[in-house]
Amino acid sequence: MNLSYLFDPEHWQFGVAGGFPQLILSHLGYSALALLFGVIIALPVGLYIGHTGRGSFLAINAGNAGRSLPTLGLLMLMVTLLGLGLLPVLIALTVLVVPPILTSTYAGMRAVDHSVVDAARGMGMRPWQVLTRVEFPMALPVIMGGFRSAALQVIATATVAASVGLGGLGRLLIDGLAVNDYSRVLAGAIVVAVLAVVLDLFLALVQRWVVSPGMSGQARRAAT
Amino acid sequence: MIQYLNNNSAVVLDALQQHIWLALLPVLLGFAIALPLGYLGVRFTWLYHPLVNTSGVLYSIPSLALFVFLPVLLGTKVLSPINIVVALTIYTVALLARTVADGLRSVDPTVTQAATAMGYRRFRRLIDVELPVALPVILAGLRVATVANISLVSVGALIGVGGLGQLFTRGFQLFYLEPILVGIILSVALAGIADLVIVLIQRAVTPWARFQRGGTA
Amino acid sequence: MSRLRLIGATVTGLALALSLTACGANDDPLAEETTSGGSSGGAVTVGSANFAESELLAEIYSQALEAKGVEVKRSFNIGARELYLKALQDGSIDLLPEYNGALLAALSAGGAPEGVSKPEDVLGALKKVLPAGTEVLEQATAEDKDTLTVTAETAAQYNLKTIADLQPVANKLVIGAGPEWGERYQGLKGLKEVYGLEFKEFKPLDAGGPLTVNALKDGDIQVANIFSTDSSIVTNKFVVLEDPKSLYLAENILPLIRTEANNPTVSGALNAVSAKLTTENLTANLAKVQVDKQDTATVAKAFLTENGLV
Repeated sequence: MNLSYLFDPEHWQFGVAGGFPQLILSHLGYSALALLFGVIIALPVGLYIGHTGRGSFLAINAGNAGRSLPTLGLLMLMVTLLGLGLLPVLIALTVLVVPPILTSTYAGMRAVDHSVVDAARGMGMRPWQVLTRVEFPMALPVIMGGFRSAALQVIATATVAASVGLGGLGRLLIDGLAVNDYSRVLAGAIVVAVLAVVLDLFLALVQRWVVSPGMSGQARRAAT
Repeated sequence: MIQYLNNNSAVVLDALQQHIWLALLPVLLGFAIALPLGYLGVRFTWLYHPLVNTSGVLYSIPSLALFVFLPVLLGTKVLSPINIVVALTIYTVALLARTVADGLRSVDPTVTQAATAMGYRRFRRLIDVELPVALPVILAGLRVATVANISLVSVGALIGVGGLGQLFTRGFQLFYLEPILVGIILSVALAGIADLVIVLIQRAVTPWARFQRGGTA
Repeated sequence: MSRLRLIGATVTGLALALSLTACGANDDPLAEETTSGGSSGGAVTVGSANFAESELLAEIYSQALEAKGVEVKRSFNIGARELYLKALQDGSIDLLPEYNGALLAALSAGGAPEGVSKPEDVLGALKKVLPAGTEVLEQATAEDKDTLTVTAETAAQYNLKTIADLQPVANKLVIGAGPEWGERYQGLKGLKEVYGLEFKEFKPLDAGGPLTVNALKDGDIQVANIFSTDSSIVTNKFVVLEDPKSLYLAENILPLIRTEANNPTVSGALNAVSAKLTTENLTANLAKVQVDKQDTATVAKAFLTENGLV
């Protein structure tokens, strides 16, 4: 195991094309955009299905159907159809993150105790209020779980962007492979894995911060 | 697309066959490794968190990197399918070990206590009581792992061994849609069939689950 | 009922699913692997690089060998030279189509030797640097060179005819090529050393494939490494810059083979192919694959039939 590429300070300078900071930023950029689009698409759909119970077949099966779409094939299909650029990569990665977010949103909503919803209705809450003040906060831990696994997947998979000429940490894998420089491939793999772990820890913190204390059990602990 | 299939049926069938082996063999191997590993994670509670965390890290290693690195670690040939099989086995174990542990942990303690009271020893109790009760959770994990593997195999095409993924790279090099479409459709269909088979197995081996569902609905 | 049986049923079921979905798959690639590597098994494994022409040539070689009764296994689309040479040396593949000049440059530390540019000289120099256990067979007159290619507009704008003309404007231009070009002598290194070119940016794309061609067309890059036989040059009216200092040597096509896999039948079949392969018929046949989207097996078969090789 040769770590020389990883620890070469030259590769860590800011603003250098092909250096780690620039690759990490573009990698995070693709991933963040895909997650953003994924949330924009999947969250409302999941909330709607979970709230109304209509179309639950879609939500349940979206998970496995989405996972079965090979991202590399989808990416190459999109590039062949749309040409080079960011758009095909974003489409392929968004398709990757929609299923876990959709499925977990639905599952979170379904897991909300019916009696709580009934109580909220009984208190005179409108459907919109029931959704935003009761169901969504109660479903949030599960939704966050799905979001975190989507984030892990997209970070590991965004490496394919390099196979169609874009940047991101996949460049280290593709270029290292092309020139038979294993030290570079190893550096790429390590940085991607570390990035994924750091991101997951960060999201765990976010989760603790956004989830209502009543849900995480902190309030109960404080009361006793 | 029909024309493409007519002209290239041999290539496509070869790719499909390779894809099936490369994806499903790791599922079997991974399942066999994950069962005892997951059990250990429950039996020795201090092992559970390291198990979950290691799984998470393993799963976040990009597959391409693993495909490239295994020859260095294992001394296998660079184009050997063994590299793909081992890499996907690692992912399967990473997914399933945690699921097995979670499944076993989800078994109601009163159930295990009842079994113990009936005179079950630890191993018999595991096989006869805990595993069957945990089976729905474990099989759900198996479905995820199987489907994920089937779609991951294609990445191997970037190093020349990727089952249906080779149709992607070939189509891509020529900017030619047909092979890519055929590859995607076959890959998704394969995942669908494998998923369905596991669901059928699940129905067959956990008949009580249906009654429960029927009872509460 | 014993719960052991349940578990047993699950495992058997999985195995069944495996064999069911395998629909007639009777050989497992792992078993195959053990026989394909060595030449002792009789089968010859033909490899190719990751671009269309290499795959077409590999298919032509394969069918020519099969016509002589040699059992062939195909392992195409492996990657760049740096990767497939490794596959050749560890016995994953036995032979593949190569280009004499590019191979010579890749194997010579610090670039190809001075003053070697004619096909025979290149071949002679190449034979001296081949890795142990490998050899080359006879070369064809067919050549496919690395080129620096620009669009007609760029050529007009900067008045470009040769690579040397790029010197004053290179720092304004983005060059695109396969990732391996970043490190190769016959890539950025040689361009800097021989022509004094330093480009504004290097974009790693693919080996003369659609990424590079489309990036050039769309203006994402201004200078591209495209192979001289590529039909996209004519289709898009690209301008190929001349190479007055011969950075790119003769690039005759020839089979590179592991000595262990070589025998009179194999070399006879492949030498017969090389004797018939010309730049013209290669370019025409490659266009059938790239433009008409015919599959390589059909094109290869037609080529061999026309030339009386099968």
